[in-house]
Amino acid sequence: MVAMMVWTSLPTIRMFGLEFLYSGEWQPASNVFGALPFIYGTIVSSLIAILIAVPISLGIAIFLVEQAPKSISSPAAFLVELLAAIPSVVYGLWGIFVLAPFIRNYLGPFFQDYFGWLPLFQGRLTGFGMLTGGIIMAIMVTPIITAVVRDVLEVVPNTQRDAALALGATKWETTLIVLQNASSGIAGAVVLGLGRALGETMAVTMVIGNSPQITASLFEPAYTIASVLAANFGEASDRLYLSALVEMGLVLFLVTFVVNALAKVLVLGVAKGTNAASKA
Amino acid sequence: MTLITAACAIAAIIVLVLILTYIAAKGLTTINYEFLTDTPKPVGEGGGIGNAIMGSALMTLLATAIGLPIGIGAGVYLAEFGENIFGNTVRFLADTLIGVPSIIVGIFIYTLIVLPMGRQSGLAGALSLAIIMIPIVARTTEEMIRLVPQSMREGALALGAPQWRVTWNIVMPAAASGIATGAMLSIARISGETAPLLFTALNSRFYNYFFDQPMASLTVQIYNYATGPFEIEHQMAWAATLILVGLILVINVLVRFLTKKKY
Repeated sequence: MVAMMVWTSLPTIRMFGLEFLYSGEWQPASNVFGALPFIYGTIVSSLIAILIAVPISLGIAIFLVEQAPKSISSPAAFLVELLAAIPSVVYGLWGIFVLAPFIRNYLGPFFQDYFGWLPLFQGRLTGFGMLTGGIIMAIMVTPIITAVVRDVLEVVPNTQRDAALALGATKWETTLIVLQNASSGIAGAVVLGLGRALGETMAVTMVIGNSPQITASLFEPAYTIASVLAANFGEASDRLYLSALVEMGLVLFLVTFVVNALAKVLVLGVAKGTNAASKA
Repeated sequence: MTLITAACAIAAIIVLVLILTYIAAKGLTTINYEFLTDTPKPVGEGGGIGNAIMGSALMTLLATAIGLPIGIGAGVYLAEFGENIFGNTVRFLADTLIGVPSIIVGIFIYTLIVLPMGRQSGLAGALSLAIIMIPIVARTTEEMIRLVPQSMREGALALGAPQWRVTWNIVMPAAASGIATGAMLSIARISGETAPLLFTALNSRFYNYFFDQPMASLTVQIYNYATGPFEIEHQMAWAATLILVGLILVINVLVRFLTKKKY
C-alpha cells in the first residue's frame, strides 16, 4: 500500500523534494504545490477538537465508571457510543445547516464583540472555518476517547479504590488517584482521538470552508489534508497534480500510522502494568 | 463534582438527540414512494434516490462477501494460532489499519484499480469498503474466540479431535453469535462510509447493476446534495440521511439487544 502510494507520488517528490512540506504556495493551475496550509489546517483543527473533546470525554468516562449507578451508566454509555455510529457525512450535513449558522449568527458575533481584539477571533464570519471543523470533530472523537478511557478506568483494580477510601480519602480524591494510575492509558486515548481527528474527512470537508490559507483566526476558512483529497482528487487529471495529492495522502498515512502506534503502546502499557500490579 | 461529570454525559446525549430529531424532522417531509425508487432528475423535477440505495446495497454486499470471510479467517488464525511473531505483526498492522483514515484507502484503491482500469467502478468502491471492513472483523472475531473457555478446546482435543475440528466444530459455534455481532457492526460502519467511495465508485444517475461501471451510493449522494446550491437538494439530503442513519441505528440497537439477552 505504501509502495503504491510512493510510486504514484514520485513526480512531486522528485520535483519539490522536502520543500513540498514547508512551502505555502498551492496553485494547481500553474503546477506549484506546497502542502503547508493543509498540514497547518490539519494540525490546528485537530488540536481544537482535542481541546474540546478531552475534558468532556474524561468527564463522561469518570461519570460512567466511578459515579453513576449501573442502571444509568449502561444505557448512557450506549447512547454515547451511538454518537460514533453516525456516519461522518451526516455530521457534515448537520454542520452545514445547523452548526455553521449557529456560529455565524450567535457564537461568532459574541466572541467578536467581547474578544474582537484577539487575532484569534478576527476575520469574516461565514460560519465555515477552523472552529466549525474543530467542533464537529470534537463531537465525533468524544465517543472514541470516552470508550477507551472507560476501558482503562475499569482495568484499575478495585483494591486501589478501597485502599484510598480506607485511608480517609473522599470519593473525589479517590477518583484522582484512579486517574493518576490510569494516566498513561488516558494519554493513549487522547492520542487515539488525535489520530482519528487528523484523518477525519467528510464532515470537515463540508464545514471547514476549503481555502488553502494560513491565518490565526478561528473563523476564517481553512483546509485539511484529508479534505483537500476528498474535494479535489476526483478532478485531478494532471499527472503532477495527482502526484501532489497522493504525496499528501502519504504524509497523512504516515502521521496517523505513527500516532496510532503510539496510542496502542500507551494503552497496552497500562493494561499490562495493572495486571502486573494486581498479581504482585 | 458528580454534577460536572454528569453534565458532560448529558451534553453528549443531548447532542445525539439534537442531531437525530433534526434529521427526523427534516427528512420525514420529503420521503415518499417516488423518492425511494426514482433516479435523480434535474433540480425541480422531483426525482429520488432509488439508484443510490441500490448502489449502496450492492457495494456493501460485495464488500461483505469479500471482507467477511477474510476477516473472520484472519481473526480465527490470530486467536487460535497467532501467538508468534507473524501473528503479533498481523495484529499490530490490523490495529493501525483500523486507525488509518478511510480516504487513504480510497487513494490506495484509486492507484491500484481505478488508474489501470481507466474508470471508476462499483468494484473499486466495494474493494475499498472491504479493506476497511477486514481489520475490524478480524479483531472482533479474535476477541470473541478468545472468550471461548480453554477447557472446551482441551475437552475436544482430549476426545481425540484434530485441531481443525476443534476450531471448526467446537470453538467457532461457541463464538458464532459474537462474531455475527461484530460482522453486523462492521456492515453498519461501511454502509456509512463516504470518503473511500468519492473517487473509486464515483456516482451515477442511473440504476446500475454492473460492477465495472461507476455506481451511486447513498453517502456520496448525500454529500453531493448537501453541498449543492438548491434548497430542494438540501431537503433530499436530509431525507436520504434519515434512511441511512435509520438503517445504521437499527443495526446498532438490534445488536445491543441481541447481545444483552446472552449475558
